[in-house]
Amino acid sequence: SSYEHKLNFKKSKEACLSYIQDALLQKQWKRASEFLTCYVESLEKDYSREHIGPSEMIWRIGTEVLWHHSQSSMKEFNCFMEQMKTLGVKRYLKVCLEHVFHLLCNGQIDEAYQNLSLAESWRFGEQTAIQDKEMKLIQAYRGLLDYYSWSKQKNILLEHGEDGFSDLAVEQEMHGYFRKAAVNLKEIIKIPGVWDVFVKCYVDLLEFYGDHNEARQVLNEYAYNSKFPANPNAHVYLYQFLKRQGESKKSLISALKILHDIVPSHELMIDFNTMLQKSKKRKKRRLGLEVIFAALDYAGWKANAKAWSCLARQVKQILISEKHLDWIKQEWNSRKDWWPAFHFSRYLAKRNWQENKSLSYEKALVAGILLGKDCKYFKYVSHQGCKAQLKRFRMLKKFVNRHNPVYLR
Amino acid sequence: RDFNERCAQCSEVNWGLTDGGRFYCRSCHNVTERTREVVNTDFITNSRVQTISKGLRKQEKNDGGCEWYICEGFQLVLKKQAEALEALGVCPQMKDEILCNFWRCYLQKSKQAYCKRPAGETVKALSVCESSTDVDSDPERPSLLHLLSLSESEGDLQTDCSFASSVSKVSESTSVRSGSVDGSLYLMKNQKEKLRMTMPMTLSFCYMALLWLREPITLSELLRFVVEGHIPYLNVFQHFPEKMKLCGLDLKIFCVESWPVYEEVFNKMHELAVFLDLPRFPDITDSCFLHPDMLCMKYLMEANLPDELHNWTCRVVKKIGIGEVDFLTLTPGNKSTRKVKYDVLAAAVIVVVLKLLFLLDDHYEWLLSEYAEERNKNNTEGGPYFDFKKWYEVVKQSLDVEQKKLDEERAKYLWRCEKPLFYSVKNKSKVLKRRQMVVNLQNQFGKLSGSVKCAEKPNPSSFQLSWSEENTDGSCFHGHSLKGILQEKCGLLTAMNPDYWLCTVKLCNEKLCGHLAHYREVEFPQSYHFVLGLFSFLLRIQPSYIHDEVCMIEHKLFNKKLCKKLKYNTVLRK
Repeated sequence: SSYEHKLNFKKSKEACLSYIQDALLQKQWKRASEFLTCYVESLEKDYSREHIGPSEMIWRIGTEVLWHHSQSSMKEFNCFMEQMKTLGVKRYLKVCLEHVFHLLCNGQIDEAYQNLSLAESWRFGEQTAIQDKEMKLIQAYRGLLDYYSWSKQKNILLEHGEDGFSDLAVEQEMHGYFRKAAVNLKEIIKIPGVWDVFVKCYVDLLEFYGDHNEARQVLNEYAYNSKFPANPNAHVYLYQFLKRQGESKKSLISALKILHDIVPSHELMIDFNTMLQKSKKRKKRRLGLEVIFAALDYAGWKANAKAWSCLARQVKQILISEKHLDWIKQEWNSRKDWWPAFHFSRYLAKRNWQENKSLSYEKALVAGILLGKDCKYFKYVSHQGCKAQLKRFRMLKKFVNRHNPVYLR
Repeated sequence: RDFNERCAQCSEVNWGLTDGGRFYCRSCHNVTERTREVVNTDFITNSRVQTISKGLRKQEKNDGGCEWYICEGFQLVLKKQAEALEALGVCPQMKDEILCNFWRCYLQKSKQAYCKRPAGETVKALSVCESSTDVDSDPERPSLLHLLSLSESEGDLQTDCSFASSVSKVSESTSVRSGSVDGSLYLMKNQKEKLRMTMPMTLSFCYMALLWLREPITLSELLRFVVEGHIPYLNVFQHFPEKMKLCGLDLKIFCVESWPVYEEVFNKMHELAVFLDLPRFPDITDSCFLHPDMLCMKYLMEANLPDELHNWTCRVVKKIGIGEVDFLTLTPGNKSTRKVKYDVLAAAVIVVVLKLLFLLDDHYEWLLSEYAEERNKNNTEGGPYFDFKKWYEVVKQSLDVEQKKLDEERAKYLWRCEKPLFYSVKNKSKVLKRRQMVVNLQNQFGKLSGSVKCAEKPNPSSFQLSWSEENTDGSCFHGHSLKGILQEKCGLLTAMNPDYWLCTVKLCNEKLCGHLAHYREVEFPQSYHFVLGLFSFLLRIQPSYIHDEVCMIEHKLFNKKLCKKLKYNTVLRK
């Protein structure tokens, strides 16, 4: 505040910090540098009682500034990071890790690897034990880079294989990377957490070397172990693996069930619905209807022709069979107040017709069934379709007229 | 003298003492391992001890340093400050006569009371002063380390010395020696009665000397010059000679981490004047710069207000008697007279005058502005009438710009200097490493700062805001006329405004709660707040201080009417 006449070191630096924050938020890197230059002398003062000390502030702010500032070079950045590593032993591994991330973002894979190796060999009394988690991460990322090298070797090998050459050296190198990678990746995924990239890579390695059992176990653990945080991707990876393995529909369906619960709008819901629709079990077909309706609740799916065609197909099928009409009623009940404006407005009718005839066809079918032949959407689209003399639209009109279920309104 | 052994080398009995207290043979300069425990103080003060090394007084522990006392340090500080003031235009008398005498007086009054040393030492200390603080000038200073035991820091000294790393806990302080001889002694609790010297007090000394000489620098100006770096204060130890090493508790004494506060310096000065038993200060008459009439003129100019307002300030000053010599002149020890803050007083007078003429109730002044604007539009001859609204807009704009600059400057303030300080020798290397890192980072980010304006000290100036009559945009209001708001009654010019609102009906007891009134922005009109804010910026003090003085003036002004419990509207509450 302007009337803060009792100015002292601490307040002055607090003010300085708030100017830096403003500058950062507005991406004014020069101005941030200006104030940061004045802030750094905080390092010479004892802040042991504060929650976040100046050394951490300077590390984080300095990183941002140097990363974005137009006149800053990678060399300067690296130099700065090295200085930051010496500033706080309790943070050493964290700083190393973040440095590695930046190097990777800049495409400097080799430097990143060197830094990881260096960090891995770091020992500092009891700090080593305290920073165990960070160490595991460092090892995991090194494992990841080993995987990357393995992958490169693999591609070389495949190329040579095509040409008819066999390269023992490359092959051995490849196996070497595999071993190094596998060891570290395996370790990290034991710890509860979100390790998508590590899991994917590890599974890739296992599959290549034919260890499908281990892969299956890893994926199951990742998806179903309650200690791990709920992660939709875990289920996706499992599903994809099972699919690759040619597993039964039953196990594929069970893999996707939880995904539907967590992320009803997931793109795999189409596959899910498709499998469920075809099922002989009534419960499964019922679930299928639920799944596809739920997916279309989301704005991202509004223009998804495939999704609409799934719904249309299932609804049409139910109508024709005249069995389980109550399913539709149940699903429509909670949606009849807002789906008409959300999906079936006159504006959307026009737009859909202009942009995507198939989409409008499927939607019109659904609209006609759910809202009747007098609804705006159906009327407009079917009229346009008939005008354009498209056969299927005439068929559509006939179908809806025939099956005009009054009870749904 | 009592050592009668024969020298191992030359068999003579002709001994002297080295600096380290060891005996050496004068004939062959053979140094023995025998040391002499100096207990007899007469020996120290009376004998002329020949030393081997004349120029260098190397103490093994101090490693290139010499012994020095805290008061010597302060003396150096005062000397530097006085020199700086001289460079700013203050007469040389201040340094050579006034300040020096005040300091000597202080030393006498305080040293004789607390000093554990024998009376002989007092003489020594004073003689150091006379030799204008060149510490090296006396090569025959005896070692007093034997007299004072090193672990004298008993009691529990709080050392939240911020220069040390987290290592500086209380336990450390008892084992860390200070660079000065009496650093740890200095901070012991029972010093209160003796008015222990502190850094802010150096400014009190300066101000006292300036006041004695009636120099044209107010306390707020002095403090502003300090913050702007024209007067050494922060990191003043940079100017200490190389040999005066600071460490341990010296840091707590000489290193400041906050700016001096007006109240503190002001109050200490008065305490000091009493402590030193000073007589009545030289009279502050109406030709002095510090007289309200003079200061009002200056502030009116700086605030871009019409010169004509000066008549009004003089009238108010006269009416309530604050221009009287006896009121303005400082008489230490006289508890019945109010301690006068000349700058705050003058600012407050202006505020009262503005209230008298413009009411400042967030309505009337704007109304008057409308009339003035109308009149100025239609009638350009005879000079413009003062338009409060226009004035407000012009001044607010400048004020906002300056305030913003000031806020940024404060945020960018650099507190550390090149000379590093270590609390103890133990953390010296850590401190140096940190310093190096700071310098590296400053270089790195300094380069990225774009157009780096070198932090050059602005030239010291008495005026922070200046307005030129030559500006054709009409942004200078000095020559504007108050005709539009005045009327003639019985031959006297009075304000058209018939009303006045008091800031407070009852004054608080200053001795009990420290203030005459308690200012809260929301309880007062915005215009009043703005005017307080303007002077608050100029004087670099809290608006509440000015508000206090305004209350005081108002109560003097309306004294009779208040006693009669009249029907005037009192505090305007929103």
